[in-house]
Amino acid sequence: MIANLVGVLFDGVAYGALLFLISIGLSVTMGLMNFVNLAHGAFAMLGGYTTVVLMTRLGVPFLAALPIAFVVAALAGAVLERLLYRRLYKASHLDQVLFSIGLTFMAIAAATYVWGPGLQPVTLPAFLIGQVKVLGLELGAYRLFLVAVVIAITVALVLLVERTRFGAQVRASVDSQQASAGLGIDVNRVFSLTFALGSGLAGLGGGLGIDVLGLDPTFPIKYMVYFLLVVAVGGAGAIKGALVAALILGIFDVAGKYFVPDVGAFVIYVLMVVLLIFFPAGLYGRRG
Amino acid sequence: MNTQSAPAAPVAAVPPSGASIHRLPQDRWRSVEIVFWLIPVAAFFSFPGYLVLGSQILIVGLFAVSLDLILGYAGIVSLGHAAYFGLGAYTAGLLATHGWGEPLSGLVLAGAVAGLIGWLAGFLVVRGEDLTRLMVTLGIALVLFEAANKAAFITGGVDGLGGVTMWKVFGIFKFDIVGRVAYLYSLVVLFGLFVVLRRLVHSPFGLSLRGVREKRKRMPAIGASVREREIAIFTVSAAVAGVAGALLAQTTQFVALDALGFGRSAELLIILVLGGTGRLYGGLVGAAVYMIAQDILAGINPVYWQFWIGALLVVIVLFARGGIMGGLDLLNAKLSRRKT
Repeated sequence: MIANLVGVLFDGVAYGALLFLISIGLSVTMGLMNFVNLAHGAFAMLGGYTTVVLMTRLGVPFLAALPIAFVVAALAGAVLERLLYRRLYKASHLDQVLFSIGLTFMAIAAATYVWGPGLQPVTLPAFLIGQVKVLGLELGAYRLFLVAVVIAITVALVLLVERTRFGAQVRASVDSQQASAGLGIDVNRVFSLTFALGSGLAGLGGGLGIDVLGLDPTFPIKYMVYFLLVVAVGGAGAIKGALVAALILGIFDVAGKYFVPDVGAFVIYVLMVVLLIFFPAGLYGRRG
Repeated sequence: MNTQSAPAAPVAAVPPSGASIHRLPQDRWRSVEIVFWLIPVAAFFSFPGYLVLGSQILIVGLFAVSLDLILGYAGIVSLGHAAYFGLGAYTAGLLATHGWGEPLSGLVLAGAVAGLIGWLAGFLVVRGEDLTRLMVTLGIALVLFEAANKAAFITGGVDGLGGVTMWKVFGIFKFDIVGRVAYLYSLVVLFGLFVVLRRLVHSPFGLSLRGVREKRKRMPAIGASVREREIAIFTVSAAVAGVAGALLAQTTQFVALDALGFGRSAELLIILVLGGTGRLYGGLVGAAVYMIAQDILAGINPVYWQFWIGALLVVIVLFARGGIMGGLDLLNAKLSRRKT
């Protein structure tokens, strides 16, 4: 029973880590540009499909396909930011919601057109399949890998935000766009780069998540709630908040589906409504 | 009176002409509106083969009007309005499957149930900012969807709720296969509710809602409680959505699970924005245009349809805020300027 519990807990952590990886970009976009981007999942889907195409058509190994997925999604994010998103930073939230729903629909239709409506398969490399014994516990090798990747990326992100010049610019822009612009920070450039970085991370998460989340054209809508949840619960623009929120959601979702399968999906939605009632600005919200 | 306050604001200096925005709302029916309502009546006689589609348009139109009440007037963004539509649909459907097939009382009950849940949900929704509201409305709709999905022994789950048998309307008019009664029944209900809602949004209460939309923070300063107004209009909106759902259940004699789905909420937003928000008629025009286009285009290829509707949404947001009705207003303003 205890081993079981630890196993579920670990799966939840791995799931949460993946959610965090995909959602962190959304959290930053919302914190930085105050933009409600429901199309964020589309970038994750793009990363997923890129991985699949690279592996099945071009024979690129899984580990090499992931960085390419990151780059492709980041480029797509940069282009879209430049052409479309930028025009709507000052628009109302309703406009942003509608715009990003429109983009999501287009992404879904395009993916269905190109790859068909089915689930995409992914063949993991041999060393990531099966179970690994850690401290007497049987843990899924792939989930262990996921957690390791996410830890590495989180550390890198924190270093980037806390220690570099660029990170300082991002933090300054989140706090006050006007003051930052007044100090000579090129806020537009900061926006573009963070948007691209966020989209890239979503793409990487999409590639990593094929095995866990599955990949089909409805991906952006199916998981939209989860991504939004991470941001809404964590508080926009906070890495720590997003991480905590993603882990809470991951653990509760997996545990809910494992222990009480009959009400599995409720757990997460009820949790979300309850959390939002008690923390309307998120757990670590910057805006009161 | 606080003597520190800034010099008294200039006494509403009403410009002699062209200040229609600042006038108190007046609700005389204009001739355009009367002509507008003659269109569905004319359609009944001229397109007898399309009455099923016609009543769907009327029902979705009513549903869009309900969203317009909170979105267009009070400025509350909802991503889960299908929750109340579905509640109404299931209430009416379940009543009829359990032996009470009287249509009008079914509508009233469905509206009451949806309104009650909407009232309760309203307390949660009005807390927080736009993002929180989006999430709470979405969350409530998802919980209801899951509930209906799991409670298959009551609702039929994914297979939908069949066997909805309706009695005759007023004991006289039987729902027929061509949809003649369904169409007229939907039209009368839509028009009746529309008259009431039109009066509502033109009342001082409706005006105060617009105040909430434009400047939430200033409304308390003039003695208007934002929270109470938002909860009130959310309740009304939910009840109207419930009636729309009930109409669908009664006229199609079936309730599908996707009455509660996210797709329906998103589609509704699209319809309303396509038509134009904040003017009640926008929802009706949007519903007609959207559903007729869907009927023609989706028949060709459903995937393309989704792509183009997405593209349309992007274009509307970027270039055509205000939708069809907004465009018409603009055209109208240009024409009248030329005349004078």
